[in-house]
Amino acid sequence: MRHIISILIENEAGALSRVSGLFSARGYNIDSLTVAPTEDPSLSRMTVVSIGSDDIIEQITKQLNKLIDIVKVVDLSEAAHVERELMLVKVRATGKDREEMKRVADIFRGRIIDVTESSYVIELTGNTSKLDSFLKAIDASLILETVRTGVCGIGRGDRILKV
Amino acid sequence: MQLTGAEIVIRCLQEEKVEHVFGYPGGSVLFIYDELFKQDQIKHILVRHEQAAVHAADAYSRSSDRIGVCMVTSGPGVTNAVTGIATAHMDSVPLVVITGQVPTAYIGQDAFQEADTVGITRPCVKHNFLVKDVKDLAVTLKKAFYLARTGRPGPVLVDVPKDITVQRCEYHYPKSISMRSYNPVVKGHAGQIKKAVQLLLDARRPIIYAGGGVILSDAAEKLTKLTRMLGFPITQTLMGLGGYPATDRQFLGMLGMHGTYEANMAMQECDVLLAIGARFDDRVIGNPTHFARVARKIIHVDIDPSSISKRVRVDVPIVGNVPDVLDEIVKQIEASAGKPDAKHLAAWWQQIEEWRSRDCLKYKMGDALIMPQYVVEKLYEITGGDAFVTSDVGQHQMWAAQYYKFDKPRRWINSGGLGTMGFGLPAAMGVRFANPEATVACITGEGSIQMNIQELSTCRQFHLPVKILCLNNGYLGMVRQWQQMFHGNRYAESYVDALPDFVKLAEAYGHVGIRVTRPADVEPALKEAFVKHKNELVFLDFLTDKTANVFPMVAAGKGLSEMILAEEL
Repeated sequence: MRHIISILIENEAGALSRVSGLFSARGYNIDSLTVAPTEDPSLSRMTVVSIGSDDIIEQITKQLNKLIDIVKVVDLSEAAHVERELMLVKVRATGKDREEMKRVADIFRGRIIDVTESSYVIELTGNTSKLDSFLKAIDASLILETVRTGVCGIGRGDRILKV
Repeated sequence: MQLTGAEIVIRCLQEEKVEHVFGYPGGSVLFIYDELFKQDQIKHILVRHEQAAVHAADAYSRSSDRIGVCMVTSGPGVTNAVTGIATAHMDSVPLVVITGQVPTAYIGQDAFQEADTVGITRPCVKHNFLVKDVKDLAVTLKKAFYLARTGRPGPVLVDVPKDITVQRCEYHYPKSISMRSYNPVVKGHAGQIKKAVQLLLDARRPIIYAGGGVILSDAAEKLTKLTRMLGFPITQTLMGLGGYPATDRQFLGMLGMHGTYEANMAMQECDVLLAIGARFDDRVIGNPTHFARVARKIIHVDIDPSSISKRVRVDVPIVGNVPDVLDEIVKQIEASAGKPDAKHLAAWWQQIEEWRSRDCLKYKMGDALIMPQYVVEKLYEITGGDAFVTSDVGQHQMWAAQYYKFDKPRRWINSGGLGTMGFGLPAAMGVRFANPEATVACITGEGSIQMNIQELSTCRQFHLPVKILCLNNGYLGMVRQWQQMFHGNRYAESYVDALPDFVKLAEAYGHVGIRVTRPADVEPALKEAFVKHKNELVFLDFLTDKTANVFPMVAAGKGLSEMILAEEL
């Protein structure tokens, strides 16, 4: 099962390596990992997407909680939540592809944020499967470059992850 | 008051009432050593290799209620110490390791004796710090001691760049500390404890399985009280020995790969299992699938939530400090006025006695060859069962655990988790510093002892009258045993050729050496060592039966009840 684990961690040097080191040392899988400071600059928020059985995910949360720098750990996917990922795609946009690319980007509510005579950079947000679908919807030979942030997520309603 | 970083390090150690620091100087820690030189409250123990400094500090912790401290220089000082740190980490031993680092401006430049200490040690410490500002030094050291001793204990490392040791700042050592990210649980969950008590009272074939957590949390007395109150059989892990008196009838001996027949059978066949401060390690329960074949209810008490349901599914998890939880269990049993069913318990004991009557630890000895088991038995007799016994890793370690009956906690000092050869001798040094009057025996083999034999020099310098019992069979015995049993007698590199003359070697270091070759000489030689040479280090080189193996044995990957017994071969 795919799980989204949200972590509040002291914003200290080396904090990220403690988390990534734990995953590699214990053989846990990381699908994506994002990290950035929060509104409280002493804390960072990390989102790890991992795939594993319930037993493994339970161990992951317990092992994360054991790290001294980690303040809180929540498995977002346990309850209602929203998740988003940002993708930037640079595509070849010439001739008839130029109009078509614009049209598909619009359908996916993407925005073109850079234009040259021969290319677009399209910005797209959504959950992972939406971004995957977009890449499938366009002609693969036109994709010049893609970059994705990895998933970040937040609980719905009263579910709040804060110190 | 303005102090330099080096002065702050020493002041903090003094505030923590540290009496001994095990270490080895070098470029990055010169200023700290300079401050050590100027005071006499803290005694520095100069070892001959950094690994030994950590093992000694580790055993200092294990054998007392104090925290071992060690200090090494940057680069190779640290990399040499890593084995020691990992050893302490695997056995959850509280330790504070202070390491020198190259000056801040040089970090990352591949400077002389530079190593990424925090990076290298991250997976084998409870936590580590790199001090980047002298103003953080005192509070970091305070955190190090706090983290090392609380919760599930472990080694904490503080890396101090050389420039920090000369910078000055206002010194203030905090009285107490709290960290928002670290709040270890103490009390167990009341509802879970209630469930546990009910299960215990309803049990028909119960067993208590206790581990190193009982020793580390000083819960031996409370465990003994509970065990006697319930009348249940109890078994212990390699790390737990001494947590319940081994000479007591309710004690079934150690369990696991080389556990007793009765302990392993009872563990496999029980219907209620109370696990306390233990972690269902692979050397303890064997194959978890086989273990799970028998339906039983498991209650697991541990301070570390990640130890619970890691290898074996648990029915009643109780996260908490072992002594606190044991107190609560005892209280609730007393309050409930319930008692385990006497009839069922008697039938269970009858079954256990039947298993016990197999006498799985018996061995045969003629008058030509010394059996290693016999040496340990004689050591037990001559020391009145009251010695601190350290060991290295291998066959001798298992024989020590099987044949020396530990009645008291913190007397059995060995590397259980990491299985570090070379642990025994430096550990014996640490024990002796923590317990200056104590009888200390190091049971070792001719393979292990050579992994830190240079410490004979440290023992000479500090007049440590440790008794070394080398069970010398000319083989890396445990490796040879596995090769004999599972690799068609192909003894690949397990024969130790060109052994030194250990008697002359001991003498060269200024100690007493005795070689023992016949069974009849074992007891007199031990007496000579422990009585006549009481105040000297004695190296006893016992030339033992080369073919002796450790039994019972559960082969790797097998189930607990699939034991190979000595009589079957």
